[in-house]
Amino acid sequence: MNIDSIKNGIVIDHIKAKKGMEIYEALNLQELECSVAIITNAKSKKMGRKDIIKIDKSIDIDLDILGYIDPDITINIVKDDKLIKKFHVTKPEKIVNIVKCQNPRCITSVEKELDQVFILTDKEKQIYRCKYCEGRSFNP
Amino acid sequence: MKNLIDIKDLNVEEIEELIKVAKDIIQNKEKYSHKCDGKKLATLFFEPSTRTRLSFEAAMMDLGGNVLGFSSASSSSTAKGESVADTIRTVGCYVDIIAMRHPKEGAPLVAAEKSVVPIINAGDGGHNHPTQTLTDLLTIKCEKGRLEDLTIGLCGDLKFGRTVHSLITAMSRYKNIKFVLISPDELKIPEYLKEDVLEKNNIEFIETKDIEEYMDKLDILYMTRVQKERFFNEEDYIRLKDYYILNKEKLEKAKKDLCIMHPLPRVNEISIDVDDDPRAAYFRQVEYGKYIRMALILKMLEVK
Repeated sequence: MNIDSIKNGIVIDHIKAKKGMEIYEALNLQELECSVAIITNAKSKKMGRKDIIKIDKSIDIDLDILGYIDPDITINIVKDDKLIKKFHVTKPEKIVNIVKCQNPRCITSVEKELDQVFILTDKEKQIYRCKYCEGRSFNP
Repeated sequence: MKNLIDIKDLNVEEIEELIKVAKDIIQNKEKYSHKCDGKKLATLFFEPSTRTRLSFEAAMMDLGGNVLGFSSASSSSTAKGESVADTIRTVGCYVDIIAMRHPKEGAPLVAAEKSVVPIINAGDGGHNHPTQTLTDLLTIKCEKGRLEDLTIGLCGDLKFGRTVHSLITAMSRYKNIKFVLISPDELKIPEYLKEDVLEKNNIEFIETKDIEEYMDKLDILYMTRVQKERFFNEEDYIRLKDYYILNKEKLEKAKKDLCIMHPLPRVNEISIDVDDDPRAAYFRQVEYGKYIRMALILKMLEVK
């Protein structure tokens, strides 16, 4: 299967298979007017199967969202048909307004103007907890 | 220290210092009776309380200070839809320090982020209750003479019991502490406490449903009430409320120097026939609560 390469834009590679749509939605890519390709279940030597997203435009993407959902992702920045930057995302120390606290007893459940802030409390187990009530976020 | 939201805001040395001051207050009450002359404490209780609110108020009065506040959300502007942040900004214009209880978890942290005066968390939902923990630590220190080498039984509602959560966190920092966690399956301690506190610090703990199984091993037995206000379902509350009732018979195998504690109020979980047992420390615990709050107010207002 062939997808045209992009001239200027971003390739989000090494996404865990089946996670592509989740990332597409989390980054609000449906709002873009440029071409966006989601390739699912692509063969990968490293991962067996993987998803890839190609965005045919240079845009600012929220790396915290990517790091939270899938820290193994690789970002490739393409300019004038050339790969000019390649990097990995990491689990962010703090995420703001990406996930919502599910604890009905949390202050954020009644005071809607508060930011939904989650802190990475355990790097090894990759556990995020609500800044206010310490309730655990659901694993992405 | 600007605020006390979580017992973890205090390190072991700061707790030692507070305990030292509290013990000095017990010995020399007169010396402290004018330390807070001209200062004001607000007690903002968005949820009913007898002990904690009165303890804070008595503590401030015994230091020579004044007290104002409210004792339920319905008698504050919260009833009109005011946010915690706005209430705190307003009250901060009138007083030097605020003690706040709120049914929603994390509300005191929201307050602390907006407040110009120090905030003391006087309990937030089932989450934290650091001044109860300080009370408990002073009680243990005074009754047992140490905060190390203790086997502590915690019994009852370990899921919603915020006093239990804060006490486990605080005691986990001392040497050779073991916990016996006694609760029905539905009221076991939350996973985050097991993962982030007990397992992370390699603290020995046992979970059991049987209050008598490890009675002979305990140095401290901390009883808690099954809290009706934490249940969404009344049937569950009725089924669990009398799961444990401590009485003289159950104490037969207990150590002679066991210390029986309870954050109070009690309902049925300690039979009144235990009250006259010298090992019952729960009413002395109430008094220790006032002294440690006096020490805390002094520290937070930076009064020497």
